Amino acid sequence: MLKFENVSKYYPDAGDVLLNVSFYLKHGEMAFVTGHSGAGKSTLLKLIAIIERCSRGQIWLDGQNLNQAKERQIPFLRRKVGLIFQDYKLLQDRTVFDNIALPLVIAGYGHPEIARRVRASLDKVGLLGKEKKYPPSLSGGEQQRVGIARAVVNKPPMILADEPTGNLDPELSAEIMLLFEQFQQVGVTVLIASHDILLVTKMNRRVLKLDHGQLVAS
Amino acid sequence: MRQIKKTPARQEVRQTQTSGGDFVDKLHAYRDLHAHALFSSLGRLAASKFTSIMTITVLAIAISLASGFYLLVANLQQLTGNLETSNRISLFLKDNVSAAKASKFADSIRKKADVQEVKLITKDQALKEFQTYSGFGSAINALEKNPLPIVLEVIPQNILEDRQEFENLLENFRQEPDVDFAQMDMQWVKRLQSFMDMARRGGMLLSVLLGVGVLFITGNTIRLELYNRREEVVIAKLVGATNAFIRRPFLYSGFWIGFFSGVAAWFIVTIMMLILRQSVEKLSELYDGAFHMLFLSFTETLAMLFISSLLSISGSWIVVSFQLQQLKPE
Repeated sequence: MLKFENVSKYYPDAGDVLLNVSFYLKHGEMAFVTGHSGAGKSTLLKLIAIIERCSRGQIWLDGQNLNQAKERQIPFLRRKVGLIFQDYKLLQDRTVFDNIALPLVIAGYGHPEIARRVRASLDKVGLLGKEKKYPPSLSGGEQQRVGIARAVVNKPPMILADEPTGNLDPELSAEIMLLFEQFQQVGVTVLIASHDILLVTKMNRRVLKLDHGQLVAS
Repeated sequence: MRQIKKTPARQEVRQTQTSGGDFVDKLHAYRDLHAHALFSSLGRLAASKFTSIMTITVLAIAISLASGFYLLVANLQQLTGNLETSNRISLFLKDNVSAAKASKFADSIRKKADVQEVKLITKDQALKEFQTYSGFGSAINALEKNPLPIVLEVIPQNILEDRQEFENLLENFRQEPDVDFAQMDMQWVKRLQSFMDMARRGGMLLSVLLGVGVLFITGNTIRLELYNRREEVVIAKLVGATNAFIRRPFLYSGFWIGFFSGVAAWFIVTIMMLILRQSVEKLSELYDGAFHMLFLSFTETLAMLFISSLLSISGSWIVVSFQLQQLKPE
């Protein structure tokens, strides 16, 4: 599903943020990326979502070499990856329904299909009945669930989460992790960046450990 | 309103580039997307009333300047158009030439092959005409003697086709002993026409400049809107929006701005013309009422709306495309 081959990312002002990173994620695998802050976790996820391009090496996503992706192909590649953020990145002035529907609207679905899928997605994250609410009226945990619902509504083969529980208490974090496990069980590849060692250990999954841009354990 | 039956969605294929139900459903979705962009951009325009009104006013003034100038030229052109037929030669006879002699002279000219028609205007007729149209009626009455000469108006044969012949004819008349002064009416018509030509070109240049202004003013307004909504744009990009998808609502915003500016410009021009009409018609009466003021016609109004909308859409397109190049997620 995802393959990194000697990937390096160099920033002129920060030097090598990632150095010779190689790993392989199977279809339907769930893994964590850990490391101290600044170890390159976020950069690694950004490379997969083509928010950044790598300086050296090769990345394959679902059989496609991301280095060769042209600018106009990027939107379509991003639709294969559901992104989840620490700060949720929800549109505050849109309802929960509209927030979750956005990827479907972008992909050009008709309204009946959108309504059906949004409800299915809300059901999965346990927020059915909240579609008319606005994000500010929801708790942090609920907002992150909306973010997750938006990430999975288009049924992407892969989910990327950058510190998804960074703003949540342990109990809520555990619930969110449970959700990710459920997605993995239906065949979605899940990659989560987190520095919460306790939580990661508890999950007992594959861990890619980064230290100063280098992969020290996988 | 959409009654498209979905094909049984058994095959939950992984969604890629070609995803999104069947073709008809996609078509409907595309139409909905445009309809939504059309009305939501209108809504946003209404939400930021103050900015919208300011922008639209500035644009309307620019557009009305261009179309007002166009209308002015069109009106003057209509005026000179009436004059174009008056390619005649006026012969002002010497003061000592009697009416009988003048009439004989007119007959002799009439016999010339290159003359189409000769009209004799006696001193009395000339005075009467002058009194009627010049507005100096009472002043003329105070004169003891009629100061006006006898005039022969000569309309030459096919004069526009051969200028040289025309000049020759004119020269011949000048040689005649009874003729005090021979004048070609064409000359000042020609001068006026070249002046009009200049005005038209000037108007064109002005319109191009103002058009560029419209482009930039809309562009700047859209740039501000894009800045205010950049969070939304970034999120849309992160969930796979194409540049076309992001651009669409802004193009509709541009369309509305241009369209409303065109409408406002129409009102400005029409109101200005209505204010001017009274005095123009008074002037027209003095000139035999041959002149009727031209307003913007239906086609011209449509053209104005079309051009202003198109310019605004172009301005938005340029700005949004340029900014999207700069704007990367994060």
